[in-house]
Amino acid sequence: MSPDNHKNIDMKFNNIRKEAEKRRAAFQDAPVPKIHIGMATCGIASGALETQKAFEEALIENNIEAQIHTVGCFGHCYAEPVVIIDHPDSGFPPIFYHEVTSGKAKMLVKLFLGGGDPRFEHVYGATEKNDLIPSVTDFSRFNQEKRIVMEKCGHIDPEDIYDYIAAGGYSTLVKALKLDPEKIIREITRSGLRGRGGAGFPTGRKWKLAKSVKEQEKIVICNADEGDPGAYMDRTILESNPHQVLEGMAICAYAVGAQKALVYIRSEYPLAVKLVTTAIQQAEKLGLLGKAILGSTFDLKIDVFQGSGAFVCGEETALIRSVEGYRGMPRHRPPYPVQKGLWDKPTVINNVKTLASVPPILNRGATWYRAIGTQNSPGTAIFSIVGNVVHAGLVEIPMGVSLRTLIFDICGGIPNNKKFKAIQIGGPSGGCLNEDFLDTPIDFDSLTEVGAMMGSGGMVVMDEDTCMVEVARYFIDFTQKESCGKCTFCRIGTYHLLKILERLTKGEALEGDLELLETLSQDIKAGSLCGLGKTAPNPVLTSLKYFRDEYEAHVKEKRCPALMCRALTAFYFDLELCARGCDACATCCPVDAVFTTSNRKKGVDQELCVKCGECLVACPPEYDAVRKVSPPDLVPNIEKPPEKKEKGR
Amino acid sequence: MNQELTEEEKEALKHVVEKLKSFGKKRGNLIPILQMVQNNLSYLPSRAIKLVAQHLDILETEVYGVATFYNQFRFHPPGKYPIKVCLGTACHVRAGDIILENFERKLEIPEGQTTPDRKFSIERVACVGCCALAPVAIIDETVHGHMAPSKVEGLILRIKIQEEMEEREKRKNEPGQS
Repeated sequence: MSPDNHKNIDMKFNNIRKEAEKRRAAFQDAPVPKIHIGMATCGIASGALETQKAFEEALIENNIEAQIHTVGCFGHCYAEPVVIIDHPDSGFPPIFYHEVTSGKAKMLVKLFLGGGDPRFEHVYGATEKNDLIPSVTDFSRFNQEKRIVMEKCGHIDPEDIYDYIAAGGYSTLVKALKLDPEKIIREITRSGLRGRGGAGFPTGRKWKLAKSVKEQEKIVICNADEGDPGAYMDRTILESNPHQVLEGMAICAYAVGAQKALVYIRSEYPLAVKLVTTAIQQAEKLGLLGKAILGSTFDLKIDVFQGSGAFVCGEETALIRSVEGYRGMPRHRPPYPVQKGLWDKPTVINNVKTLASVPPILNRGATWYRAIGTQNSPGTAIFSIVGNVVHAGLVEIPMGVSLRTLIFDICGGIPNNKKFKAIQIGGPSGGCLNEDFLDTPIDFDSLTEVGAMMGSGGMVVMDEDTCMVEVARYFIDFTQKESCGKCTFCRIGTYHLLKILERLTKGEALEGDLELLETLSQDIKAGSLCGLGKTAPNPVLTSLKYFRDEYEAHVKEKRCPALMCRALTAFYFDLELCARGCDACATCCPVDAVFTTSNRKKGVDQELCVKCGECLVACPPEYDAVRKVSPPDLVPNIEKPPEKKEKGR
Repeated sequence: MNQELTEEEKEALKHVVEKLKSFGKKRGNLIPILQMVQNNLSYLPSRAIKLVAQHLDILETEVYGVATFYNQFRFHPPGKYPIKVCLGTACHVRAGDIILENFERKLEIPEGQTTPDRKFSIERVACVGCCALAPVAIIDETVHGHMAPSKVEGLILRIKIQEEMEEREKRKNEPGQS
């Protein structure tokens, strides 16, 4: 583009930026307190809507003026609903409150906004260093994170494009439009950015390939078909800062020469679909997307396509088939989508996190990005870390941090004084690692080396009460259902893997089952076309390798060491400890399996018991009389009295 | 798969026919069309499938082939109170399957089906993204976190009582109106 054109672009964008800054200043300079409420799906699930309503009502009730600013997700899911109150007149810095229920909201309005008392017992921390209140930056959950992709998440309103622009948004697109596309691709290549969807393919190389194809029409697809059970960072990014993804898409489209783009979002994420659609409309209205972007010669039309819930559609060729209106079955590569993709046009498919990384990289330069993370995996990684861990939620850390630091320092370790047992990384395609691997650095290559994989970034922490055989069964059950059926090994092989694992968890294992699991797993890996089949046996193979004794207990002793497999465990009451006068266990039992003998001994009818463990929870801690054992024949025998007809029924 | 349509559904179907006209006849529209149909009817009755096939000029079996491939599409009408039990990894580790079983036992229907009075339906879903609240169940649109087997009965009972109260209100108002 000519220098004249550059000036034109700058002028147009400056007008937009001035408007954004004006709006931000009006918000910030208003002499009233500001209440920021986290409103992504996890916040809403924890009751953020009720909290917002409570704030609004209480403000009117107490006749206090304040501004409510709905923002995206802070990533601190364990603390939802999260609220930050900025009340400068009180003399306190902005304060981070956690688990703000509607009751707490009303109290905070009355006492903090009305009375200047921040209610120290409810404070999580101040958002900045100060002399009055400990700051959240003293917690490792805050100060060990390095936020690049999620930098603005939780600070801006996802439904307001000006909020993003005031925070520096879209300025990188402006910068990009004035650069030669080749130069952008070189910069991305130099930054060493690797695809964050799981496989870790170098993004720069993908773009270069797409650029080199001589074809008029090209397409960019943002892959937000996040199907891993337990991973939700893509959703959070789209819900908290959709514009950063759109900006990344626009830069990508400009660099490779595409005029069309698609955001492929799971229909299970209605809020993300809504927010992305709104974001596209807002950007088009301001001329940041659509025809002749900012007066340049570059056009880009972005559409939203809702995926219909098939895990395999995360695979790029399957995704393309599904957009074309067919069953989402992967096909052979080559030709790669960058050569022949959607409607046979060259198509660049990048993950949400990859595209969201593009604006910061181009803005601050490849050298800056390279300095973060490790040599072969620069940058940051985002994990949704869930399961038996204290501070569950989204964490963005530089690559190369060890698993131990992540789990024990940043996320606070295992709750309830339990012992760490395993970490499952990468969802159904990943592997389970035991504590020997806690010092493994987190990056693409190290994780693959030990049999796990980066995957999309789901991490499930498991404590000693989790049975690895059952976990493997769970994942195979998932992949078996999600196998598209194209390759025999994946379709039928996973079915038989599942049958064997079910035998194990039911105590019906046959001799040689473990060996069969191993060979069958290898065969499935070898005989499948796409990533789903190739990685499906990973949970089995890794757990078999690192937790073999647990498998052997299931086979040889019909015993579940973690007391999780329901067919292999049973409950009984320790009559030495039982109060005998109390009926807590009997009343809470959903199937009436607890009986009482004539001398008030309690017993469990093992035929009826569904092993839900409610009695274990219900038994008052001063008695603590419920016992869970494996194998079930360890249960002492208590004669059940014959059924009596109860009076009055 | 021939279901009787209720009056409401027949109305909705007419609406669908109207909306179909705004979609082009391109094959790529198949999934968006099916999503539109399900949004209107809350499931895909065989009559609607036939309409879609005619509109795109493809075989009905093709439409079924695609619709059955994806988890999103339903072929049974959901209940008035659809119950979704999350069986994502985090919920599984915290015994989500026991919650599912409890719903199945209390409502006497297996997962994937609707009670004969069309009040409740049970569905298993893979991760709704509230892993920190596991185990999770969703009734209607409300997310219930930290589920326990004993909570199941209470939730169903609450809905039934609410229904009964609404019934009674209605009956009370009826004679006054006529």
